[in-house]
Amino acid sequence: MNLMRRIPPLLPFLLCAGVMVSLQQLMRATGTQYCLTQLTMSLYYAIVVMGLCLLMGHAGQVSLGHGAFFAIGGYTSAVLTTHNFSAWGHSSLGGWLQQGRVLIAKEDVFGNAILTVSPWAAFLAAMLLTTLVALLIGYPALRLRGHYLAMATLGFGLIVSKLLVGSTLTGAADGINGVPPWPLAGSLTVTGKTAARVQNYYIACALVLLLLLLLRNLLRSRIGRALQAIHDRETAANAMGINTAAYKLKVFLLSAWLAALAGVFFTHFTGGIGPSEAGAFKSVRYVALAAAGGMANLWGVTVVSTALNYASLRGWFGSLDNAVFGILLIVIITLAPQGPLKPLGAWLRRILGLRNLSEERLERS
Amino acid sequence: MNPALSSTPFASDGPSTASTAVQPLLEVENVRRSFGGLVAVDGVSFRVLPGQIKGLIGPNGAGKTTLFNLVCGLLRPDAGRIAFQGRPIEGWKPYRIARAGISRTFQNPSLFLQMNVLENVMVGRHRRARRGFLGCALRLPGQAAEERAIRQAAMQQLEVVGLAHLAMFPAGSLPFGQRRLVELARALATEPRMLLLDEPASGLNTKEKEDLADLIRQIRDRGITLLLVEHDMSLVMRLADEIVVLHHGARIAEGPPQVIQNDPTVINVYLGGNLDHATSSQES
Repeated sequence: MNLMRRIPPLLPFLLCAGVMVSLQQLMRATGTQYCLTQLTMSLYYAIVVMGLCLLMGHAGQVSLGHGAFFAIGGYTSAVLTTHNFSAWGHSSLGGWLQQGRVLIAKEDVFGNAILTVSPWAAFLAAMLLTTLVALLIGYPALRLRGHYLAMATLGFGLIVSKLLVGSTLTGAADGINGVPPWPLAGSLTVTGKTAARVQNYYIACALVLLLLLLLRNLLRSRIGRALQAIHDRETAANAMGINTAAYKLKVFLLSAWLAALAGVFFTHFTGGIGPSEAGAFKSVRYVALAAAGGMANLWGVTVVSTALNYASLRGWFGSLDNAVFGILLIVIITLAPQGPLKPLGAWLRRILGLRNLSEERLERS
Repeated sequence: MNPALSSTPFASDGPSTASTAVQPLLEVENVRRSFGGLVAVDGVSFRVLPGQIKGLIGPNGAGKTTLFNLVCGLLRPDAGRIAFQGRPIEGWKPYRIARAGISRTFQNPSLFLQMNVLENVMVGRHRRARRGFLGCALRLPGQAAEERAIRQAAMQQLEVVGLAHLAMFPAGSLPFGQRRLVELARALATEPRMLLLDEPASGLNTKEKEDLADLIRQIRDRGITLLLVEHDMSLVMRLADEIVVLHHGARIAEGPPQVIQNDPTVINVYLGGNLDHATSSQES
C-alpha cells in the first residue's frame, strides 16, 4: 500500500500483464502450452483467495467455508446448463423463457433434442443463489467471532459438500460432466477445448487483473478503511459511526460472490465439477493460501496462490501433494508472515539502491 | 437503593443547576445497569446543557465508565431513559448514536494500529461521506473528490491537535500521549455535537495535561459540548462548568466545582474519613 503511492498506480498491473504474456510466450517457445490449462485453473482458484484476502486479511473475519461458495457457483451453472428442461418446453412459461433466450434448445450427445438454461442465465442464477445463501449464513454467523465463526463456516461447508454428494441432481459422488462452453461475447468463449486454450488463459488473466484493480480501488477508499477499522478495533469502528454488522455482512457477501464467480468460470472451463470442490479440505487450503500470501496483501495472495496451485495441479509434489503443500505454507508463514512479496520487494529495493520508503518519510516529516 | 443517595444534600435537589429555559443536549434519567448481582449504575440522573463542559468524577469502581458506555451505546441500560437533543437514544447501537452526533474517546486509546495516523482520523470522516462498495470499487465520478475532501478534513483535525507532522507515521509507533491526541482528532473528525472523553488525562505528564486542558477549552469554544470522566481532580475542577459525583453507582452530588469541592459527602468519599458513610454504603 505504501509502496503504491510512489510508484505510478497502474505500473503493477502492467508488470503483471507483462509477466502473464511472457509466460504464455515462454510456454509456446518451449512447446509446453498444455501447461496453460493448469495455469488457467490456478488463476480461477486465486479469485477465491482474493475474496478471502478481503474478508480475512482486511475485515478480519474468518471463513472456512469458501469452497462451498465456489461449489454453489459451479454446481448451479453445471446443473442448469446440463439438465434437460424439455418438460417445460410446452408450457407458456417455457415458451416465454425460450423467447428470452434463458432456455435454449440443442442436441445431447445422442442426438436427442433437449432444452437447457443458457450459460449467462445460469451464471445469473448462480450469483443469485450465492447471494441468498451468503446472507442466510452470514447474518447469524457474523455475530460470532474468531474460532466460533471459523467453526460455523466450516460446518456450513461440510453441509454443502454432504448435500452435493447425497443428491442425484448434482450427480452424487461423480459430480457433473459435459458442462457446455460459455460464450461470453463475440468469439470469446470459456471452454476447455484445446484450440481455445490460449484464449481462455487470457480470459482468466483479464478477469484476475480486472478484479485486482477493483479490489485495490475498494481497499484504498473509505470502505477499505472501514473494513480495516473493524479488523483492528471493532468497538472503536462502531463508535465512529460505522455500521460494523452491515459491513461484515457486505464483505462476506462480496467474498462469496468472488468464490462463486470463480466457480462458474472454472466449471465452464473444465467442463465439469465434482463434490471435492466443496470439501473442507479445499476451504482450508484457500485459507492457508491466503495466509501464505500475506493475508492482507492482495498481490501476495494472488501470486502465491496461483503459483502453489499450479505446482500442485501439475503434480510436482506427486502423492506427497498435501504434505509438501503444508511444509511450504509453514515455511512461508514462519519466515515471511507478511507473505513473500514484501520481503522480496524490500530486497529488490536494496539491490537497486533505492532507499527505504519509511526512512524517507521520517526525514520528510 | 443506595442510602448514600438520600443522605446527601445535593441529590435531593435534583438536577437543580439545569436551567429550565434551555433544552438540555443530553438527559440521563434514572438510568440503571447491573452486571449479575453487582449494580454498577443505580438510578443516576443528570443533564448536560449545550456548550457545557460537564465533569463526571468518582472513586474507582463508582460506575463512571459504565455510565459512559450506557450513553454511547456500548451497553444497554436495564432501566431509565437517555435522551439526546430531546430524542430517546437508549438501546441504540453505538454507530447510530455516533451518527446522531455523540463521539467518544476510550480510556485506553484504541487506535487502528495497522493504519497510519492520518488514515485513523480519516475513519472518523466515515459518516460524512457517501460512496458505497460499488462507487469506491469503480471509482465512480466524484469518488476521488470525496476522498480528497476526507483527507483534507482529517488533516485539519490533526492540525487542531498539533499532530499534522506525524500524519504518515504508523499509529502503533506513537507514544501514549500522542495516541490520545490522535483519538481526539478522530473523534472530532466526525463533527460531533457532543464529545465524551473517558479519562483523557490519565497517563499524561504535567505539560501534556496543560496542553490537553487548552485543547478541551478550544473544542468547547467551537461549540462542542463535552462530558468528561476524569480522575485528575485539579484538571476537572479547572475545566468543568459542572460536576457530577458518582459513588457506588449512585449520584451523590452535582454542581459547580466550588460547591463540589466543599461538599462534605464528596470529601468523605474521596478521603474515606466518615465511618457512618462507609458502613451505610456497604449495606447497599
